[in-house]
Amino acid sequence: MNTDTQAMFTETAISRQKRHIENVMRIFLLVITSMMIIPLLLIIGYLLYKALPVLSLEFLFTNPKDNMRAGGLWAPFLGTIYLVVVSLLVSAPIGVFAAVYLNEYARENWFTRITNLAVVNLAGVPSIVHALFGVGAFVLFAGLGESILAASLTLAIMTLPVIIASTTEALKAVPMSFREACWNLGATRWQTIRRIVLPNSISGILTGVILQVSRAAGETAPIMFTGAVFYKAIAEGDIFAYNITEQCMALSLHLFTISTQVPDVTEGIPYGTAIVLVGTVLLVNAASIVLRVYLRTRKKW
Amino acid sequence: MNILRKKSTANLPFSETVIELFIRLCGISSIIFVFGIFFFVFREGADFLFNGLDLKEFLTSVEWQPTSLNNKRYGALALIVGTFSVTALAMCIAVPFGLGAAIFVSEFCSPKLRETFKIIIELLAAIPSVVWGFIGLTLMNQLIIAVFNVPIGLTMLNGSIMLALMSVPIIVSIAEDALKAVPDSYREAAEALGATRWQVVYRVLLPAAKNGLLAAVLLGAARSIGETMAVLMATGHSVNIPSGPLSWIRTLTATIAAELGEVARGGEHYQVLFIIGILLFTITFVVNLIADLVIKGIRQE
Repeated sequence: MNTDTQAMFTETAISRQKRHIENVMRIFLLVITSMMIIPLLLIIGYLLYKALPVLSLEFLFTNPKDNMRAGGLWAPFLGTIYLVVVSLLVSAPIGVFAAVYLNEYARENWFTRITNLAVVNLAGVPSIVHALFGVGAFVLFAGLGESILAASLTLAIMTLPVIIASTTEALKAVPMSFREACWNLGATRWQTIRRIVLPNSISGILTGVILQVSRAAGETAPIMFTGAVFYKAIAEGDIFAYNITEQCMALSLHLFTISTQVPDVTEGIPYGTAIVLVGTVLLVNAASIVLRVYLRTRKKW
Repeated sequence: MNILRKKSTANLPFSETVIELFIRLCGISSIIFVFGIFFFVFREGADFLFNGLDLKEFLTSVEWQPTSLNNKRYGALALIVGTFSVTALAMCIAVPFGLGAAIFVSEFCSPKLRETFKIIIELLAAIPSVVWGFIGLTLMNQLIIAVFNVPIGLTMLNGSIMLALMSVPIIVSIAEDALKAVPDSYREAAEALGATRWQVVYRVLLPAAKNGLLAAVLLGAARSIGETMAVLMATGHSVNIPSGPLSWIRTLTATIAAELGEVARGGEHYQVLFIIGILLFTITFVVNLIADLVIKGIRQE
């Protein structure tokens, strides 16, 4: 082998420098990305460590006691479930059908563009403005008063874009040929949607609905003035203890109250509340992720 | 989607007409809600906005004394400055991390690692804002006291770190979409010329995706501006123009959340809070609109 060919394949200074920069940047970016795991682990670890003394099943199933300085989480926990379920009942159908409209009915014109823009903007409205809207529209104008119903409706409108976005994704994933085949058999548009499009996209829709649950469970600002109260005693163990025309407690607001408004709370209780809230939300999210991954592996087309 | 649109609707069964009407109604619900939010928030504040409120004082004075007995002042400048400074500092932290992580996840990652990082980012996005506020109040408070040797750690810096952690997931996911939208032929062309991965990113992808990255930053900022509970609990809650990252501030959102519960319905103070709501709605609406136009701009190219 002559020296010229050898020189061709040895590393020049410039390519060595290139390789060097490449490696430095790769490691730098890896470190930056990995640093996002740290706060997640740190927060969960810290909360769990501090909450360990109070965590038990009893903590979940007893009411707060002594002006919320002791006791458990039953009333706020049940309140959150009520708020989430009622808001889900409202936002799931509206959100799914809104996505059906946007994906199956709407033509590509300026009006559709405005509708899409409205969805984006609805997602961008600050949560406290949703609270003001809830006060103005549901509590005062509609005369619902401060109630579970008013708070849930506020939450429903706030979380609507979550469902619309993920349902639209799911509907888009159904191949056009499925619809065409169905139309060719003489089915109407709605028959096609009901028999073909929705059954084939149900997994994606479900993922969106689960995400809505997680979002609604964690929100504080929108329910603060529309239906959630600082304190309300209910019967322990009775899952029908709340009436939807009355106010309720909520986990997120309870965490805010006992960590900022109430002095001398037993150490550990705020941490316990935080870990129950984070745990609920993350579990629900994890369920949505698992469902998504599982359904992706057994997709038929 | 609508190539095979059915022209005639005349011979549809009645039930189908009703369902189609319902779907169309849901489809435009987002538009109705966005207008509804503006209308109802505006309705509650309109009276005082047009009769009585000194708009110049509202926007330029730092005197926020809504509860004073004989010298009521509604100057929101300190709150506006508070909102924007805490957001700006949060973006200084979040943008390098967010864009760095987006570049790593989209360009340097193996598919398996990418899935893992995306799940972690999704979980980070799911943590409720009241929990971030609680972390700011406890863990970050102690950290800032220890590191900067200040008496109280509930400062603008604290709030900014919490906001940064909350907006990083948004920035990552939108920036990653923007990088993915750059055609592979760009990458292949650059690599054929002997460019390393980092050179491809730096010289080709970043310029090509700059609009999408800008939109990612804008949407992250919009999220920070609208965030309520985290800044309410972590920034010290004191109305003044910040002199540095360690001063106490109060934001527009935190003011509404803190004061709406204590004001008389229909009074001046109550209406001013709704006017702040209109201001917030307008700010986030404009930022979201700009982000949308920036994204649409790329698509048309």
